[in-house]
Amino acid sequence: MKNLTVSKAVTALMLAGLVLLPLYSQASGNVFILTLFTRIVILALAAASLNLIMGFGGMMSFGHAAYLGIGGYAVGMLAQEGVGSGFIQFPVALAASALYALVIGALSLRTRGVYFIMITLAFAQMAYYVASGLARYGGDDGLTVYKRSDFSGLINLGNRTQFYYLCLACLFGVLFLIWRIVNSRFGLVVQGLRSNEQRMQAIGFPAKRYQLVCFVISGTMCGLAGALLANNTDFVSPAVMYWTRSGDLMVMVILGGMGTLFGPVVGAVVFLLLEEFLSQITEYWALIMGPLLLLIVLFGRGGIMGLLGRFNRG
Amino acid sequence: MAEPLLRVEKLVRRFGGIIATDNVSLDVAAGELHAIIGPNGAGKTTLISQLTGHLEPHSGSVSLGGRDITYLPAHRRCALGLARSFQITSLLLDFTAADNVALAAQAHAGTSFRFFADARKEKGLRDAAHAALDRVGLLHRADVVVSRLSHGERRELELAVALASKPKLLLLDEPMAGLGVTESQRMVKLLQELRKEVSIVLVEHDMPAVFALADRITVLVYGRVIASGDPAAIRANEDVKRAYLGDQHVVTHHG
Repeated sequence: MKNLTVSKAVTALMLAGLVLLPLYSQASGNVFILTLFTRIVILALAAASLNLIMGFGGMMSFGHAAYLGIGGYAVGMLAQEGVGSGFIQFPVALAASALYALVIGALSLRTRGVYFIMITLAFAQMAYYVASGLARYGGDDGLTVYKRSDFSGLINLGNRTQFYYLCLACLFGVLFLIWRIVNSRFGLVVQGLRSNEQRMQAIGFPAKRYQLVCFVISGTMCGLAGALLANNTDFVSPAVMYWTRSGDLMVMVILGGMGTLFGPVVGAVVFLLLEEFLSQITEYWALIMGPLLLLIVLFGRGGIMGLLGRFNRG
Repeated sequence: MAEPLLRVEKLVRRFGGIIATDNVSLDVAAGELHAIIGPNGAGKTTLISQLTGHLEPHSGSVSLGGRDITYLPAHRRCALGLARSFQITSLLLDFTAADNVALAAQAHAGTSFRFFADARKEKGLRDAAHAALDRVGLLHRADVVVSRLSHGERRELELAVALASKPKLLLLDEPMAGLGVTESQRMVKLLQELRKEVSIVLVEHDMPAVFALADRITVLVYGRVIASGDPAAIRANEDVKRAYLGDQHVVTHHG
């Protein structure tokens, strides 16, 4: 039992909980919890995609919420124009996110450090204002998605349980891909660049190419989260792209543990549950949330996963 | 006469009003260990940086195996067979020793745009890494994270990383810097072995080491070459003696 660490046990428990949640929801008749966790799973996917560039790649993107909007608007706009098939909506959402990531990445990766943070933030805010200006698609008020993506009877997104499992499958699929990627040749190069770019150049790796591809993979994954989110809320608005949303995603990643596979999932679960329950207690919930986050970041380097890891040594 | 492996011609690099590299020309023949020495601030590291592509010269040219590489980026030079070690150790601190070396091998073994297979299970890369680590006597530390290695071990690891790219020419920027006496002796022994396999340009302050190792020595003072020749000739050279006795005025006046 040498390999059974506290963090692994917690992760396994959490994953099992996510899988079994619909059973609990049905047995207890608590529908709300399923809706809440559908949102958590989707945002965990978004946080996991951000972690790929931020935690593993060392690229501090402060504009990741843009992909939530792009994926969401792809679904919403196509639905508005009468294209209801998910087989078209989802690929378009992914392709649009990839394209945006390619252009933004190519421009942003010329810079480093604080400038990279600022430029990704600036581009995401641009996307926000562009969406606000789309008068045909609701502008500021957003766009109601009257019909969820239609997968021709393969899976019914209108069914809460089926939709939840679709989101969970997407999350697990993305985590699996990230796990393979970070241990692949490509992933080692990207992590090497995070660690010491000058050294990687000296042994023969052109940095930008690898970082750009990583940036695009991450953006595409987050676009998937966006398409799911629009289906979950039956609505998409510029607000999903606002910079505070990008900040939330960053907090989830840091809270859970940057550069760990399951950290962002733990971070998303803890962050959104705290937000949910604290906001029920008081409208000034951010006053409690803020110091809590501060404590975890100050005393738990490596986030919650880092804290859990310490139990084994201690 | 055969084409030299590395040819540097009339290289000039200025920093503001200071000429850090002043018309430097030198040849390194294949199989040679060519040492570059000079007092502090002579422009040795500036010169090396231009050879590796981390710094662009203002004029002059660098060619490797007859090919002009003056303005080629660092990673392309590496693909042509140029490897370097850094004066201040520059490694991937949060990677293991083996990972550091395997990445260097990976850079020269096909594309790294592979996204799915576990790179740490690629036998070819692991074997290459272990061979290079064994070469520098670090095999027993293969799975240790670099931030836990001692300074001496990191210097040896720098060498292993450079070797793993199977270079034609190795540029070593003060490999003995900060090493203790026994560690230095081990490094000299190691370089004695390596020079049989690869051409080396060695920048070093440790004079006994330089004179023990070098086939030829080029002496830089204030960015200029004041002498170049075999160790015996350099030892007898009056200008060099003066430079190292600190009588810089005479040397600059003379040179």
